[in-house]
Amino acid sequence: MTTTTSPRPLTEVSVTPPAYRRDPLARLRPVNWNRVEDEKDLEVWNRLTANFWLPEKVPLSNDLPAWRRLSPTERTLTMRVFTGLTLLDTVQATVGEVSQIQDARTEHEEAVYTNIAFMQAVHARSYSSVFTTLASTAEIDDAYRWAVGNDLLQARAKTVLHHYVGTDPLRRKVASTLLSSLLLYAGFYLPLYFSVHATMTNTADMIRLILRDKAVHGYYSGYKYQRGLQVHTPAEQDEMREFATALLDELYQLELAYSGELYEPVGLMGDVAAFVRYNANKALMNLGYPARFTAAETAVSPEILAALAPSADENHDFFSGSGSSYVIGKAEHTHDDDWNF
Amino acid sequence: MPSITNLVESPPVPARLLDVQESADLVFFSSASENTRRFVERLDRPAVRIPLRPRVEGAICVARPFVLVVPTYGGGERSGAVPKQVIGFLNEPANRGLLRGVIAAGNTNFGASYCLAGPVISAKCHVPELYRFELLGTDRDVAHVSEGLARFWAAQARLATA
Repeated sequence: MTTTTSPRPLTEVSVTPPAYRRDPLARLRPVNWNRVEDEKDLEVWNRLTANFWLPEKVPLSNDLPAWRRLSPTERTLTMRVFTGLTLLDTVQATVGEVSQIQDARTEHEEAVYTNIAFMQAVHARSYSSVFTTLASTAEIDDAYRWAVGNDLLQARAKTVLHHYVGTDPLRRKVASTLLSSLLLYAGFYLPLYFSVHATMTNTADMIRLILRDKAVHGYYSGYKYQRGLQVHTPAEQDEMREFATALLDELYQLELAYSGELYEPVGLMGDVAAFVRYNANKALMNLGYPARFTAAETAVSPEILAALAPSADENHDFFSGSGSSYVIGKAEHTHDDDWNF
Repeated sequence: MPSITNLVESPPVPARLLDVQESADLVFFSSASENTRRFVERLDRPAVRIPLRPRVEGAICVARPFVLVVPTYGGGERSGAVPKQVIGFLNEPANRGLLRGVIAAGNTNFGASYCLAGPVISAKCHVPELYRFELLGTDRDVAHVSEGLARFWAAQARLATA
């Protein structure tokens, strides 16, 4: 048995399996987690696996009494909102994440998308868990028929799909980041609103698990977008910025129209629109761009923000206080051992 | 096999001692995502960056009182909330002794763990948590922190001479 000492790195003489489509003759390389090129891949992989959950762990049936107390209008709204979320997560699980594997900059990035794709499928399935627990077969069938027949919902899904099946890897990244960080939030608003009114709280807990995942998904595709953008010329970067801005505009208008149909009859559209704009800002920031909407335009009601993050409505602006009425830090009182966590 | 913590604490490259001129009253950490760096740049005041790879780049030791800007890591566990490079930096008693306040970045999607690095550092180092912001921060966040830091250091100077 001789040891081959090839002077050329393995990454230059072999490809990862997705490249088979372009070059069937190339030697294939197994993913090697002992040679990580971008530490962000491992960091995000670890974060995703640590956050793993399944809807079966959430006691959704405890929401049955609350569900029965909802009005028929509220029940129909819930079914439609969740069916809409199911469609977007289905798009993301089966096309959005999978389509990014071919564009990956590292072999570990390819693996991360398979993880994210599966988790999006879990999210899509989790809404079905709510339906199975709470609704009748007739109600469920009605909601799915509504989703297939709703032009605005179809347009939201197809606007991102158009870029997923397109030829531009960076456009795919922008579309994917906007789906994970902007498109779903009009839907997430309703369970957060219910939890503010102490109803359907287990369903809201499940949505919080989904929100935690979406933050990582949007962060990761946004990060990889920025890494991809670095190798392009300033003119191409400008062009992508214009594309991202235009796609955000297009999706934002669709969000307002789609959400208006759902939320205007129950008088919630004003706050839903603020929540959409608040998340549009975060979507842009994930892509590395400045926030677009002003503080006034994104002023979501404090109860909703508190339902999202319990400490978000507390005053963490020490600067706005007197600023002089505190004790200078006594950092000497801590020991190194305190930090070794 | 040494633990990761030991590696962070004993980098092969010797720590770089910043002099008072190099040292700034703002110290920050930012990962390869560069989110926190973008926020700090918009504050338009001198700032020192905690090295991303202290074993390669060498750790730093600061020379004047500072406010720390730090992103929150992880998905909710207190133990992972503070980036390990920041822990390594604050493990150095000289650095920790000069910390005067902390500003944390995060994402409200993480719920109760939103900006968790702020309260963790505040509790361990007995310094106030000054502000929280999301991702790159908005223009309003930048304005609040810029004005706030100016007032904060003015108040510190008054306390020192009182």
